[in-house]
Amino acid sequence: MKTILVVGNGMVGYKFCEKFVAKEESKQFKLIVFGEEPRPAYDRVHLSEFFENQDAKALEMAPAEWYSENGIELIVDERVADIDRTNKTITTAKDREFFYDHLVLATGSSAFVPPIKGVEKEGVFVYRTIEDLEGMLAYAAKLKAQNPNAKAAVLGGGLLGLEAGKAVMDMGLEPHIVEFAPKLMPRQLDSRSSQVLQLKLESIGLNIHLSKATNQILGDDGYITGMEFGEDDVLDVDMLVVSAGIRPRDELGKNSGLEVGVRGGIVVDNKMQTSDSNIYAIGEIALYNHMIYGLVAPGYDMAGVAVDQIIGKTETLMPSEIDMSTKLKLIGVDVASFGEPFMPAAKGHSIIFENKTQHLYKRINVSLDGKELLGGILVGDASDYSMLHQIYLNGMPIPEDASQLILPASEGSAFGSAMDLPDDAVICSCEAVTKGDVCCSVLDDGNETMKDVAKATKATTGCGGCKPMVADLIKESLKTLGKTVKERLCEHFDYSRQELFDLAKLKGITDYDTLLDEVGTGNGCEVCKPAVAAIFASLYNETANRQETIQDTNDRYLANIQRNGTYSVVPRVAGGEITPKQLMAIGRIAQKYDLYTKITGGQRIDMFGAKLNELPLIWEELIEEGFETGQAYGKSLRTVKSCVGSTWCRYGMDESVSFAVEIENRYKGIRSPHKFKGGVSGCIRECAEARGKDFGFIAVEGGWNVYVGGNGGATPKHALLLAEKVDKETAIKYVDRFIMFYIKTAQPLQRTAPWLEKLEGGITYLQNVVINDSLGIVKDLDDEMQALVDSYVCEWKEAVETPEIRERYTHFVNSEETDSNIEYVALRDQKMPKEWA
Amino acid sequence: MSLSVLNTYESVAANNVKVWFKAAPISKFPKNGGACIKYKDKQIAVFNFTREGTWYACQNLCPHKMEMVLSRGMIGEENMEPKVACPLHKNTFSLKSGENLNGSLDAIATYPVKIESDFVYVGFSE
Ligand SMILES: Cc1cc2nc3c(=O)[nH]c(=O)nc-3n(C[C@H](O)[C@H](O)[C@H](O)COP(=O)(O)OP(=O)(O)OC[C@H]3O[C@@H](n4cnc5c(N)ncnc54)[C@H](O)[C@@H]3O)c2cc1C
Ligand code: SF4
Ligand code: SF4
Ligand code: FES
Repeated sequence: MKTILVVGNGMVGYKFCEKFVAKEESKQFKLIVFGEEPRPAYDRVHLSEFFENQDAKALEMAPAEWYSENGIELIVDERVADIDRTNKTITTAKDREFFYDHLVLATGSSAFVPPIKGVEKEGVFVYRTIEDLEGMLAYAAKLKAQNPNAKAAVLGGGLLGLEAGKAVMDMGLEPHIVEFAPKLMPRQLDSRSSQVLQLKLESIGLNIHLSKATNQILGDDGYITGMEFGEDDVLDVDMLVVSAGIRPRDELGKNSGLEVGVRGGIVVDNKMQTSDSNIYAIGEIALYNHMIYGLVAPGYDMAGVAVDQIIGKTETLMPSEIDMSTKLKLIGVDVASFGEPFMPAAKGHSIIFENKTQHLYKRINVSLDGKELLGGILVGDASDYSMLHQIYLNGMPIPEDASQLILPASEGSAFGSAMDLPDDAVICSCEAVTKGDVCCSVLDDGNETMKDVAKATKATTGCGGCKPMVADLIKESLKTLGKTVKERLCEHFDYSRQELFDLAKLKGITDYDTLLDEVGTGNGCEVCKPAVAAIFASLYNETANRQETIQDTNDRYLANIQRNGTYSVVPRVAGGEITPKQLMAIGRIAQKYDLYTKITGGQRIDMFGAKLNELPLIWEELIEEGFETGQAYGKSLRTVKSCVGSTWCRYGMDESVSFAVEIENRYKGIRSPHKFKGGVSGCIRECAEARGKDFGFIAVEGGWNVYVGGNGGATPKHALLLAEKVDKETAIKYVDRFIMFYIKTAQPLQRTAPWLEKLEGGITYLQNVVINDSLGIVKDLDDEMQALVDSYVCEWKEAVETPEIRERYTHFVNSEETDSNIEYVALRDQKMPKEWA
Repeated sequence: MSLSVLNTYESVAANNVKVWFKAAPISKFPKNGGACIKYKDKQIAVFNFTREGTWYACQNLCPHKMEMVLSRGMIGEENMEPKVACPLHKNTFSLKSGENLNGSLDAIATYPVKIESDFVYVGFSE
């Protein structure tokens, strides 16, 4: 039996063990691992989490038992001191000797401490091990006991330095970052993004000092009191964390005559072999391509290569190009860079979006022909990082106008779905998990939750940056399984919305608590509450006023909550038809309450900026003027948009306004799985955009064409033709049934367009149901719709007239004051809420 | 709204209460829902979690966009942990620890609540 010795039990040393025991061939070897630190390998990447809970166990890569259970001998707290290459032995600091056939060096790096005068002083730390953090915590606690305003500086404004800066801030010390370069994160960011990052960090309280070369560390009694950058340029600090780069721990290599780089690191080839073919080096000690890769992902790959080489799978080699994309975590601000963040003008073009007021900077670099994404930088909002990173890694096609990839207005829409990625796209680079692995884990192995998939594939267990994308893949894969997967509303109801709808109806249950007690479990949540509220509304046309605490906030207060916690008010203007007198009334009331007014896309008037306590007062006046609620807040009918039609238009084939008014009044107040809208055009010129609505009517020679399942918004879709050239009564009947069928069978928050898309058999099936009565339910649908139409009440009238409901509209229950937090700025003769910080 | 306001909210443990502030009669708080009270300069969301038979209190300020809105959020539970969902973007926070359950926002401050002769009292350390 051959012996493998691994020196260093860090992240990569551990990964070597993990990958090794997974191989059948490992049985033919004996594996002994030496670690200098007092505990088994832990997750250094998430080291900062130690500040939160001081739970070293939680960071462990695997507990000590794992090693013995897998036949690995783990010797911690014992440094390897020497290698004797001729006799193939090593000696430890405790003077024990071990023989090897293969030796793997995974000694990693230590923090680099520049030779500045005074760095040996007490209060100067590095940021690398759990012991370092324990030392910092103890010292910070001591400082704060003496002086609550104690300050701490971090030397180095790179990736790690900023993380350390956040850590000292969280320890309650005044944080300062001191950087030698004229910008933060000089290796990953260009100067503009660096400035944006600086603004953001300053806004959360970090003090940043750039272009500072530290001459000496000040302090008389052996502990630090300040840093000196030049004459008269001094920063008083009580603690310092040095984060000025890393130094490979290559002592063993040097002393035994292995080839090392000029600036350190043990030279390896693409087999991870050093200049001695029995000795391998992996992780942050290995100098590959003249570089030390200070990231875990390449280290993990190296571990895999070394394992394969040793067990004889010599065809496994380290790729020559290594992805250095990074996403900064923890600091409370999104920063990411990928591919080629800086772009030499000869290679391509850059597209830059910058908004300093929101601390936002996005840059992408595309090839000269505009077809390929080469790299980029994201500061302030890195939510698109995963997708952009994937497009870059897989050389996927990008939109002709590449700016869509970063422009805020088109977010999401330019990307298509994560399912479009090739199966071998690496989603989790820390653990090298591909899209195929994630999807198979769902499709073939039956995992359904993030937790299970993470356990099975290890995806997301590294830096965690891939979580959103993994979540998407799980969701999408589950969807493709269609009916075999049980739709479950949430942890409280083991039913789909449709099942719950039928259950509530069958059992005649009318309140949430009873439903939860009878067919659910636990105490509910923000997913099932509004879904159930909508079911009750559709079943009994109950307004949102009765069970107000299960409603979404908009329904609970019968108004749309806006950015700053105020509300908007929208009275119904059926078909967009409004009298001059009504216009004046709205104008008068808006002026009285100082509301911002705007015409909506649905042909009515929105008044913004009403405080909670003003809502009933405003509505009282509106109702007096003959208005009703427009239900702009509800998952219900919004508007029926119309063109003027034959009443005024020379092309008009029929009276579109009259039809729109009639139909809007018919469906008003009906609550549904999601909002729905209608449109009526007087001829095929389609000025009312009826085919962009959930239902639409277009006047043609000989009657009305009826369309359903259209959508504007984020995923525009033209409505499909349900019936042609029918008279008005028939048109209404079909749409009645369509809406009712949708209400009963859709998922929560599913618009009619995706509902129709998912409906097996599509529009033909729908035609069969509503026109040919293939399910034998049209009588029910007709009756149910008529019941809803007949039971309409204006819920605002109900609210204004009922003292108990009116009472809900106060900001404080123990004070008459209003929210002093609301701030406005002027905007073109009106006002708008102050920007979000 | 600046961070300084956020920093005025700090969790108070039950054994650390110096002042029991008599906030309002219990009838002012909807069943399984919340309402906002004012204490000095603070806005505190108080929740009457009837289904659990428990009361909770936390800052009204959502740390996501610094709006005073949490009292208007829906309450519920996730894996037995009572929580409130911000009405603006549905970030959820534990009503016990204040922790952000579906993201990595800062935790919100929570406060002890007691009921005496049909009145709601919230505990503060100052
Ligand atoms: C705070 C922090 C945050 C980080 N964040 C990220 C991140 O977000 N993303 C990322 O990709 N990377 C990150 N890194 C870098 C990442 O942690 C390293 O790339 C990784 O730990 C390297 O693994 P390694 O096993 O090569 O080295 P190490 O983890 O340093 O392990 C080497 C081990 O060998 C031991 N050792 C050394 N010499 C001897 C000897 N002679 N005998 C016995 N034992 C010895 C050392 O004590 C150490 O335990 C971060 C690092 C830090 C410190
Ligand atoms: S859709 Fe036809 S009828 Fe209506 S306004 Fe346009 S042109 Fe006139
Ligand atoms: S109004 Fe609609 S489109 Fe405009 S910002 Fe709000 S959600 Fe987006
Ligand atoms: S403001 Fe609370 S979730 Fe956005």
